Amino acid sequence: MAKQKTMASSPKRVVGTVLGTGFFAILCLIIIFPVFAGLLASFRPGTELIRRGLSIDLNVTTMNLDNYKYLFGGNADSVKYFMWYKNSLLITIISVALTLIICYFVAYGLTMYEFRFKNLLFTIVLATMMVPFEILMLPLYKEIIALKLVDTYVGVIIIGLCSASTIFFFRQYLSGLPKDLLDAARIDGCSEYGISVRIILPLAKPAFASMGILSAMGAWNAILWPLLVLKGAEKFTLPIGLNTLLTPYGNNYDVLIAGSMFGILPIFIIFLIFQKYIIDGMTAGAVKG
Amino acid sequence: MKIKNFLYSQKVAPYVFVLPFILSFFFFWVYPLITAFTMSFQDIGAIKSDWVGFANYAKLLKDNVFHIAVWNSVKYMFFTLVLLIPFPMLFAVLLDSNLVKAKGVWKAVLYMPALTSVVISGTLFRLMFTEYTTGQMNMITAALGLGTYKWLKMGWSGMLALLIVACWRWTGVNMLYFLSGLKSIDTSLYEAADIDGATGWQKFKYVTLPLLKPTTVYVLTISVYAGLAMFLESYMLWAGNSSPNNIGLTIVGYLYKRGIEKNDMGYACAVGVVLLVVALIINFAQLIVNGTFKKGED
Repeated sequence: MAKQKTMASSPKRVVGTVLGTGFFAILCLIIIFPVFAGLLASFRPGTELIRRGLSIDLNVTTMNLDNYKYLFGGNADSVKYFMWYKNSLLITIISVALTLIICYFVAYGLTMYEFRFKNLLFTIVLATMMVPFEILMLPLYKEIIALKLVDTYVGVIIIGLCSASTIFFFRQYLSGLPKDLLDAARIDGCSEYGISVRIILPLAKPAFASMGILSAMGAWNAILWPLLVLKGAEKFTLPIGLNTLLTPYGNNYDVLIAGSMFGILPIFIIFLIFQKYIIDGMTAGAVKG
Repeated sequence: MKIKNFLYSQKVAPYVFVLPFILSFFFFWVYPLITAFTMSFQDIGAIKSDWVGFANYAKLLKDNVFHIAVWNSVKYMFFTLVLLIPFPMLFAVLLDSNLVKAKGVWKAVLYMPALTSVVISGTLFRLMFTEYTTGQMNMITAALGLGTYKWLKMGWSGMLALLIVACWRWTGVNMLYFLSGLKSIDTSLYEAADIDGATGWQKFKYVTLPLLKPTTVYVLTISVYAGLAMFLESYMLWAGNSSPNNIGLTIVGYLYKRGIEKNDMGYACAVGVVLLVVALIINFAQLIVNGTFKKGED
């Protein structure tokens, strides 16, 4: 009976599949559109953008590699651009590594032990997520000035090391692991810290992958806080540096548009490699409510 | 040796583990939050600060520019909720069905805008919404016979531009949230509904929608915050914090303008406190309506 039904609806099914798949194909074309137009524009002089705005122009004969040649050409702009690139890489790598280590251990403490303030602390973790960062921004800025951390990478990184959402995700992951492992390791004479590093940490590798990629994306693209803390052009990260190319005295679209396209690259590559983990990571909060 | 034994005991270890969070919580959350409140009652000067009571708040009540900023942020939040919850949910249901092939490709492409820095996407969209007839948006509207516009100079089209950027950036992200919610629904429920002869719409209404509720509430909560606290999209779309007649000014944009550009921290903190209060009220109301605080309801 059931089989007959599927056979009968088979042509309908094909039409449905074509429509469904076609819908997503069109949606994705619309989504790709601005970035594709930007990519095309990066092969034309920046003055074109100022004169005409951004649109799809597929005429290959007017395209050239001049912007990229200039960007990689070793001139003053090129040196500046790659300095920002290097700064962004440095900040991203250091802050991701520290955030993961710290948040893992905090979540480990919150999951693996019974202690007096456990539930209170977990409630606090959730509560801190309920206040938008923008409200704390100005007092934090004053605090960073008072601590003499303005215009330093420590000042940029330090406020985000105990990320509540990262702790929350690690806790969700760790609470799925059997606690018997801890007792077994204790009997074997392993110390509390030894257990957390040697027994549980290897088991949490997928969680490290998810959170690592999500924090890397956040750090690579962060703007608001670095914009406040960093003052010297030699310390800028890539987004802030690119932003300085837009000035009231004329916009340097040659470097901006080519530099933007090249700036998207590392995070796209990471995304394509680790796509599976990203989806696990970002949805941890949503499923369990 | 004694200290080492103490630190290594099973009683003390959990506190050592959570210590970084406690420190960070007090230094980078409690302290600035309290400071934000106290500063909002002060006139912050370079050398000394004076207590001014509710003067900052009284000024906010009469500040027309602030009212524009609040109205813009609330409007933006409202429309992002309307656009960025039902549509991504439908897209997720469709993508989860067996009517769509090459799912991985679509998921990856729809997520791509979230990877792109606002500096880059804002610049691209500013250039697309240019007032020249050669810009992309004007070419589209002209082709549809709707004429051309100075997109970033009028209230309605400025808001439309912000919303298009928001849809571009967040449709894929929200869709992935709903997809993971759908994955957690037991397929036997759909089989049972099939046996009862339920139509596709009935299955969506009586199985999918109620069981997606935790995900929907989560997305709703973060969208309320993201909508009210939006700033960078506007900052990049207008290449700075000023737009004609403040059509792109948001609450956080005003906070930034007052606090950083005009160095009036006390007044800016009052703006921040208002933002916090509005955000908390909307989210508590929304969570109560959705029954999140009722226990054992599931």
